[in-house]
Amino acid sequence: MQEKNRGLALFTSLVFLFLLGPLIIISFTSFEPGSVLKFPPEGFSWRWYENIFEVEMFMTTFKTSMFVSLLGNLLALLLGIPAAYALSRFDFRGKGILNGIFISPVLIPGIVMGFAMLKYVIVVYNLPIYAGLLVGHTVLMLPFIIRVIASSLSNFDFAIEEAALSLGAGRLETFFKVVLPNIRSGIIAAILIAFLESFNNVDISVFMTGPGVSTLPIQMLTYVENNFDPTIAAISVLLMILTAILMFIIERLMGLSYFTKR
Amino acid sequence: MRKTGLYLLLLPGVLFLTLFMVIPIVMTIASTFYQDGSFTIQGYLQFLTDAYFLKIMLTTLQVSLVTTIACILIGFPAAYYISKLGPRKKGILLALAIFPLLTSSVVRSFSWMIILGKKGLLNSSLLAIGLIDKPLEILYTPTAMMIGLIHLFLPLIIITLVGVMENIDPDLLKAAESLGASKLTAFWKVIVPLSVPGLIIGSILVFVGSLTAYTTPALLGGKQRVISTFLYQNAITLNDWHLASVIATIMIVITFVVIYFMNKLATKLNPKG
Repeated sequence: MQEKNRGLALFTSLVFLFLLGPLIIISFTSFEPGSVLKFPPEGFSWRWYENIFEVEMFMTTFKTSMFVSLLGNLLALLLGIPAAYALSRFDFRGKGILNGIFISPVLIPGIVMGFAMLKYVIVVYNLPIYAGLLVGHTVLMLPFIIRVIASSLSNFDFAIEEAALSLGAGRLETFFKVVLPNIRSGIIAAILIAFLESFNNVDISVFMTGPGVSTLPIQMLTYVENNFDPTIAAISVLLMILTAILMFIIERLMGLSYFTKR
Repeated sequence: MRKTGLYLLLLPGVLFLTLFMVIPIVMTIASTFYQDGSFTIQGYLQFLTDAYFLKIMLTTLQVSLVTTIACILIGFPAAYYISKLGPRKKGILLALAIFPLLTSSVVRSFSWMIILGKKGLLNSSLLAIGLIDKPLEILYTPTAMMIGLIHLFLPLIIITLVGVMENIDPDLLKAAESLGASKLTAFWKVIVPLSVPGLIIGSILVFVGSLTAYTTPALLGGKQRVISTFLYQNAITLNDWHLASVIATIMIVITFVVIYFMNKLATKLNPKG
């Protein structure tokens, strides 16, 4: 058994080398001083990090991505918190179907959703691309917001809410003063998880580009098609740092069990 | 009164999703049966009889199947090892598996372009040690897509399986062994069957995920099309929205068929009944 465990340990290390190796390699190449991506890099330079700030399209699309992910997040919260509350708090007819509808955006292939939205939200409803992008990302984030907040509410003891109500507090007041503070960490985790989903999204955003409108991941895809310099590697490193920070906060707030439970 | 309140809580979300998701999807599907004002299934006939389309379908299915099998074979032992660790080590390894999962797919696919390219890390190392004398053409082939997709989805199956294996009562394993089963037999007869539900959920996620993934095939597949990049090409480059809608419908149907049958299989194979 000892032998087998050692074999298994070695195997698992190789698996993690496969998973993390490419991300480590990309980080090294971002410091390449020359203009062609190489591993190992031939020196050390911040040149390509500076280049990110010089290419205007990266800055504009970064701002668009931020705007869409943050405002879409807010919209998804406004729509999602009441829905998550209703779905976890009450039993009623048609609850299963409603649950299904709220979760369905993750079941539909992203690329199909993007195309359908281009066809209807942009063309038929005639919304501007920027608005379409915002709407698409709100739809994308909604299931994550609802799922995380509902799971947070399932740990909340609604007897506390009943107590507040019986002491004469109004429903709305009780919700804001009793329920909401108790699920605060769940809400913050929901915001961060949804943000990552939206900020990294390609499938929907790729259909929602137009004159001067695009998101950072789409701009990166376009850039890679024409250039093979280390700028994308440098952006990748910054994105990985952002991901690591957000993941650390999520772990602090609710552990990592959200990811292992299905 | 209470009922009205309930509707008020749910209505905004339902309306929003209906308007911006349900109607677009349903109308996209409906539009495939309708062309120039009359009912038609021409789009589907065209799709099913064209050798080029069928080849794309076949490549997509092949790539997804290989990706899924590889993820299971690699992920299962790794997940088993992780599930046996103490809480601290387990937490670290889980975090290391979740981190790539949360990292942008553009970043992850791009990292494979650096490795698999003609002058990439793999070719330059193989050339340097003399294993090959001219660079391998891996990037922009189905193989590159598979590697990228395995990299993309392996963490998903690992963390799903760890979640299931954690909940297997270790006493079951001890009981099997005390009744005379060897460690390996006990593993096959206890751990594997009890992991089946997780294995099936994980496989659905990986298979459907690879079938519909866009970024990885777009970056690593080159001219080699899969169904998702083919949908994009028809919608944006070729502007053939009817065909794009047909492809979209086929993707939805395949996704739901796979989920439906795998779920059936999961209930059937679940040892808890």
